[in-house]
Amino acid sequence: MFSNQTANTKALADTISKSGQNNSDPSWIMHHVLDGKTISFEPFGSIHLPEMHFLGMDLSVTKHVFFIWIVAIILVTMAIFSARSYRKSLIPKGFANLFEIMIVFVRDEIVAPSIGNGYQLFLPYLLTLFFFILLSNLLGLIPYTATVTGNIAVTASLAAISFVATQFAGIKQHGAYKYFKNLVPSGMPGWILIIIIPLEILGLFTKPFALSIRLFANMIAGHIVIFSLLGLIFIMHTFYVAPVSVGFALFIEMLEILVAVIQAYIFTMLTALFIGMSMHSEH
Amino acid sequence: MLTLLSFLLLAVEQEGGGSLIDVNPGVIFWTVVTFVLLLLILKKFAWKPILIALEQRETAIKESLERAEKANKDAQKVLSENQASLEKADEESKKIISQSRVYAEKLKEQILRESEAEAKKIIENASAEIERKKDAAFDELKTQISEIAIRAAEIILKENLNKEAQIKVLNNYIDQINKN
Repeated sequence: MFSNQTANTKALADTISKSGQNNSDPSWIMHHVLDGKTISFEPFGSIHLPEMHFLGMDLSVTKHVFFIWIVAIILVTMAIFSARSYRKSLIPKGFANLFEIMIVFVRDEIVAPSIGNGYQLFLPYLLTLFFFILLSNLLGLIPYTATVTGNIAVTASLAAISFVATQFAGIKQHGAYKYFKNLVPSGMPGWILIIIIPLEILGLFTKPFALSIRLFANMIAGHIVIFSLLGLIFIMHTFYVAPVSVGFALFIEMLEILVAVIQAYIFTMLTALFIGMSMHSEH
Repeated sequence: MLTLLSFLLLAVEQEGGGSLIDVNPGVIFWTVVTFVLLLLILKKFAWKPILIALEQRETAIKESLERAEKANKDAQKVLSENQASLEKADEESKKIISQSRVYAEKLKEQILRESEAEAKKIIENASAEIERKKDAAFDELKTQISEIAIRAAEIILKENLNKEAQIKVLNNYIDQINKN
């Protein structure tokens, strides 16, 4: 994670300095990784998405929103297709087997050990979360698509949902009063509570904050590194650097596949852990 | 620290008409709406049936395993029972054989003893009979001898005291006896 971010920082700094020297437009990398109102299929043209405003909010369907929907459609299709496979017999066939392996992995390796008793209530949410992030990450590796998990608004939304789920789990388990009372360790002298209470409240929010930043930074970093490496070809105005750039970009792309899976795993795992912690908080 | 540094860099990079950490409320709205809808749809149409099927299959596998184990246990029990009864029967037969052997031995001894006694008794009887017969023969012989002696005496007395004639008569008599 850290090496990724270091590479990210360095690549960006390089790009900026290089672009400054060569007087070229530095915004092309940002254009690729940032959200926008057009979906471009260069050199085949681009689609301009309509703008929508509602109650003073910009609810336009942006590039990332469009790809979130693509992810959702793919996921729904895959899941329902798999679920159909169980209608005839309890033993699924073909693709459903792969899907089942992942479901069982999430259930038995992530959710059940992290939450413990009563994990069934949160299983659908965590499964949806895992597959949504995994598919988003993987879809982002395909050219002409966008990595929606590389948008901090998206990861922040996912983290906010995780935060709500965590609080819900705690309140449902212990009741609102006891849950918030449990946040503060008991047996503390009165004066230390003045420090502890704000800290614990802050602690509630740092968890989802870290979740959102982790996913966002990991996904964006790899893409920026790939673009920076490929950008070297154009910045240096030579084809001789192309094999090196493409080689490294390929390496990073493969690393990204790994990161895509790992980040989906980590996000789900940590959410499950937080839910488990708030359900079984025994101070 | 590194995260913070990269964020500062990303935040500074404004030239492309937007920063990486720009948070667009529209995207948040759509993400949440999409995610919640996705969750509801998947929960109803995918997770529920799949998880129920998984659970059913797991219980089915567990049950059949347990059944198999139970059947195996039962079979083992029956087998050991059979073995035990077989062993018992074997032991029984051995016992019967040894008992009958002992009985036969006893019987043999008894028969031997009885027959020995019988033989002895027969021999005793026989010798007693022989003794008796011998005694009887002796008695007869005695009477005959005494008769012969009496008759000889009679004849001697009948003949005159002729020595030659006496010897002649005696010889005749003895010849007679011999002939008898």
